[in-house]
Amino acid sequence: MEHPTPTPPAMTTGRDTVFTPFNVVAGIIIFIGCILTVMRFAKGIGGVTNLDDTNPWGIWIGFDLLCGVALAAGGYVTCAACYIFGLKQFRCAVRPAILTAFLGYGLVVFALQYDVGRPWRLPYPIFLSQGTSSLLFEVALCVFLYLSVLMLEFSPAVFEWLNWKHARYIIGKVSMVLVIFGIILSTLHQSSLGAIFLIVPSKLHPLWYSGYLPVYFFISSMFAGMSMVIFEHSLVDRFLHNKIDAEHHVESNNVALGFAKAAAFLMSGYIMIQVIGIAIDNDWHYLGTRWGLWYLIEIIGFVALPAIMFAIGVRERNIKLIQRTALWAVLGIVLNRLNVSLVAFNWQLPLNQRYFPSWMEIMTTIFIVTIGVVAYKFIVTRMPVLHVHPDFPDDH
Amino acid sequence: MGISRRQFFGWMGAAVGSQMAFSTQAKAAANIHFTGYPGSFGVLHDISRCIGCRKCEAACNQVNELSKPETPFDDLTVLSKTRRPHADTYTVVNQFKPNDKSSPVFVKTQCNHCMEPACVSACFVKALIKSETGAVVYDASLCVGCRYCMVACPFNIPAYEYDKPLTPEITKCNLCQPRIQKGLRPGCVDACPQEALTFGNRNELIKIARQRIEKHPDRYVNHIYGENEMGGCNWLYISNAPFTDIDMREDLGITPAPAMTSGALAAVPVVVSLWVVFINGLRAISRRKEQIANEDKNQAVSAAVETEQARFKHEINQLKEKAKSEKEAAVAREVKKALEAAAQQLSENAAAQTPAPPETSGAPQPEKQENK
Ligand code: SF4
Ligand code: SF4
Repeated sequence: MEHPTPTPPAMTTGRDTVFTPFNVVAGIIIFIGCILTVMRFAKGIGGVTNLDDTNPWGIWIGFDLLCGVALAAGGYVTCAACYIFGLKQFRCAVRPAILTAFLGYGLVVFALQYDVGRPWRLPYPIFLSQGTSSLLFEVALCVFLYLSVLMLEFSPAVFEWLNWKHARYIIGKVSMVLVIFGIILSTLHQSSLGAIFLIVPSKLHPLWYSGYLPVYFFISSMFAGMSMVIFEHSLVDRFLHNKIDAEHHVESNNVALGFAKAAAFLMSGYIMIQVIGIAIDNDWHYLGTRWGLWYLIEIIGFVALPAIMFAIGVRERNIKLIQRTALWAVLGIVLNRLNVSLVAFNWQLPLNQRYFPSWMEIMTTIFIVTIGVVAYKFIVTRMPVLHVHPDFPDDH
Repeated sequence: MGISRRQFFGWMGAAVGSQMAFSTQAKAAANIHFTGYPGSFGVLHDISRCIGCRKCEAACNQVNELSKPETPFDDLTVLSKTRRPHADTYTVVNQFKPNDKSSPVFVKTQCNHCMEPACVSACFVKALIKSETGAVVYDASLCVGCRYCMVACPFNIPAYEYDKPLTPEITKCNLCQPRIQKGLRPGCVDACPQEALTFGNRNELIKIARQRIEKHPDRYVNHIYGENEMGGCNWLYISNAPFTDIDMREDLGITPAPAMTSGALAAVPVVVSLWVVFINGLRAISRRKEQIANEDKNQAVSAAVETEQARFKHEINQLKEKAKSEKEAAVAREVKKALEAAAQQLSENAAAQTPAPPETSGAPQPEKQENK
């Protein structure tokens, strides 16, 4: 079987010049991010954000936390498809998905260092004083546990890279337990993230508020994860082509087809329960307002249409179409999370009391995403993620 | 796998168990129907009596040792803008001009000390606690600064010290808990020149409020704000203007905040157990499927092998037969050749040695052949 050598040609050419466009842009962003970090901890949250007492959560929660967790759902979705539903053709997608999930959750926790007032106290809810009546406690506990699980789930790739055969063997023994534990934890906190907003029926617009919020968040996390896996692979295919071995390449198309089909189903189911939610709360009259228009744009423009496109892509076996639709669906998830946490939150307040992120908040978010991309690139160019390690041909 | 699976069930059991233990704790704190601590204190704010003098604001600032504001408390021009509590301001008085009132209406805003507070149930480190005095108090030594309490509060009360880089705290009225514990009344209540604020046992306050409304039905709106809002508050209001006209929401409902999330919390152990069952069921099915597929495959393979072997045997046999008959034929041919050669030799010899008659030389040939 073909697999890239530990130092593939692309890296040696990369070594000739450090100043590739990617490195330059990433370097600049990280430089600015470091300055913003200093500012954040020198001047306080108020010094860099537009947050105020009425709008306590901004994009660091709405995007970095909510979207980060939703888009990292690829990890548990792929694991479930491969190991629980026994779809062995998804095996090649497992490691990249787990890596993305691991980085995603790592960045969520990283972003929280900026957002919470005293980040060094983040272990408090888990170890010191458990506020068990809070859904945020459940999220914190699950994210903490899941991050640990993801670390272990990804560790085989690291052990193979370091050639620690014994550690690799031991972790291989418990991998199934980790997978199951990870899926349960994901179910819990994906839905709990929606449940966090159950406490604010008076602040969140009725079209987005529903007793089903946890279900909405859970279902949408599934197709978010699938779309992200497809989209991520299209990026890898384009920019890190030489890191993929033949088997991964062939299977990734099957993965795209399989996930696109599943996502189309889930998305139509999601629309159905959205409709049920509206019917139960009798929110129909809101659909005629401007908020209703915005809601319909989200649901039709960013869920229904991508679902149809996925279905067409599957029928025509059009991988390109599926990959583009995956990006579309990912944007839809981002839109949904931002709507729930920011746009439709405090909807009754006049415009001058509403929140819009400062450029420094946006820049910090870009900085955090950049760190994720750089870390991903660093890892997949070194560790056996997108290809099989020669000494460990049969992972799991 | 066997051992680790069993271990896994152990862990899951422990996880579910601890969740259940947790949730019973949560119930004790928030989830059962709770009608307030008996004898807890509160304040009744009679909006119709308030003149907007801001003396309560000044007193609050003083007893809580907050930093002095830029505009002094006797400057009433600040009333022209609607304000909300902020980091250094636990309470504010706002002025409203409802359409049907010629004179302005003044409302004091601060934490309502809900009986089942959203903020308390939202805090994931129990930094906010509902005390038995009725006060909702804050412990800065635990607070992480997630600001979920601010998100959760339906009255938009808690504020945050956004400008403190390392030690930001949530700030809000604590009903002057230290003073209450010393047997004193809250600072604002003591300072009010109009007796627009009455401190006392919450049940007593509700009685007083009712009496006032009954006595002056023309003056008051027939509603005690805070009696049932969000499950009830220890801070109560009666007003001469409709509450919606003075920025007090009447659409909050009477469901206490913890009841909105208790369902989701209670679902946790159920989801965990269901998942364990479901996942293992699915895995069993897919394993069984795999097994069946394997068996089928094995059967097919062995069947194919068998037929193949049979065919092979058959061919071999055929080949053998063929070889045998070919060999026999070859032998016969060789023998015949040899005999012919021998006979010829014989006859040549005979012809050379004795001029025997040619008939006899050929005669023994068939005999010899038969003998062989
Ligand atoms: S008014 Fe807000 S801050 Fe005060 S107790 Fe109620 S929920 Fe908490
Ligand atoms: S900001 Fe502090 S008090 Fe408020 S919920 Fe978070 S930890 Fe609790």
